[in-house]
Amino acid sequence: MNRVAIVGYSDTKFSSDDIPIESSMFAAVKGLFEQTPNISQGDIDAVLTSTNDNKKYLSPIISEMSGIAPKISHNVENLCNSGTNATVSAFSYIASGLADVALVVGAERFDSPGQVLQWDDSRGEFKHPIFWASMFTKAHKRKFGTTDEHLAYVSAKNHRNALDNPTAYSPKEYSIEEIMNSKKLTDDLRLLDCSRPCTGSSAILLASEKMAKKFTDVPVWISGIGQKTTSASFTKNDLTTIESTRLAAHDAFLMSNTSPQKIDVAEIHDAFTICEIMVLEDMGFTQKGKAGQFVLDLYNTNDKKINPRGGLIGAGHPLGATGIAQVSEITKQLQGKAGKRQVESPKVGLVQNMSAAATSSTVLVLES
Amino acid sequence: MIFEAELKNGRFVVPECPKCQKLVWPPSDSCTRCFGNTVWRTADEPGTLVEYSAKDGKLFCMVEFENSIRVMGALECDKAPAVGQKVRVLSCGFDNSPRFTFSPE
Repeated sequence: MNRVAIVGYSDTKFSSDDIPIESSMFAAVKGLFEQTPNISQGDIDAVLTSTNDNKKYLSPIISEMSGIAPKISHNVENLCNSGTNATVSAFSYIASGLADVALVVGAERFDSPGQVLQWDDSRGEFKHPIFWASMFTKAHKRKFGTTDEHLAYVSAKNHRNALDNPTAYSPKEYSIEEIMNSKKLTDDLRLLDCSRPCTGSSAILLASEKMAKKFTDVPVWISGIGQKTTSASFTKNDLTTIESTRLAAHDAFLMSNTSPQKIDVAEIHDAFTICEIMVLEDMGFTQKGKAGQFVLDLYNTNDKKINPRGGLIGAGHPLGATGIAQVSEITKQLQGKAGKRQVESPKVGLVQNMSAAATSSTVLVLES
Repeated sequence: MIFEAELKNGRFVVPECPKCQKLVWPPSDSCTRCFGNTVWRTADEPGTLVEYSAKDGKLFCMVEFENSIRVMGALECDKAPAVGQKVRVLSCGFDNSPRFTFSPE
């Protein structure tokens, strides 16, 4: 299997802009071409788009708008982890030898149809994500004594981290009190416990070992991949463990011969505050029931190890772009190019991206 | 699907595969194991309250039936609910999505 590296990236500002999905994707691709040395359209074998937008034939459209005539072009949709699914598809094309260079671009609009899974009748009329997140939160509080204050520290940390991310949607510092007194959405979640849907796009460039050096002196290698889908419906799964993430992380650590203790920096899918807590526990960063204190300690020591760009809560959640923005961030971190939010000398990074009430997860391990 | 039609008549039915003797959930006309046709029958009550929360003062919850089928719905009760308590379907219907209201046994 050929080694595969991330060799380029670009992110647009995440916003509430009412712009066509094609324009958003094109902006990220244009940025990637401007920021990547020695790149030309003829280098690119595969163009994969990632979105839940209802527009059709987007990959060929973006390819044509960008002057690319790729061998492989198609869209990848898997709700909120569309971006990492597209990344894994691009990895597979290069690892197998079908392609040497792949462009992956993800985007979403603020009004994406991917925010609610209508198919899942087991949720009854309670199909908005706030309801599954409330079930997770209440069950975790009940079993492990997690408090509203623990949740607030996730939000405070990620909003504060987003202050140093120029593309973030919500770069504003909030106190614990402000978060705990923000608008009550349910008995268990408040407004500032939630990530926000928004408009935005991110693009990354993947390359084989023989092509990587053309584009960068510091390629970042994808050394581990784990993916697991336990179901499409929410109600089949345990309410205090994200099984899809637990299994995906196990496979990613096995493939990369790493462990949670070796991860220097990570982007975690904090769609809601409870998600960051559960994911940290289920990937093995802490014991079950201990992630609330772990996050509190990160906040109090201003440690940016988890969600340095602000996560979904601080950076915003344009569904199809999110996983790609996470990969972009960890690549920057491992290259030492993350600016004010740079974690000190990271060697191994991790991306965790999930969809549809945590029923499907992707975990990637990246190494410099 | 029969599930929706029966809900519109106020009946909560669940699909079971006669060959595999297995309940299928979320509701489907086909068995997830053998792909054969399912048959529909009334769900056994009571169910068990798995978890609950509230929005705008109105309770919503997850209830488990027959140790396998979990469904979300509204919860009406006079006293504070307790996880593990037995509940019944007070009413059900279908309006773009299934609608359930549960109440303590």
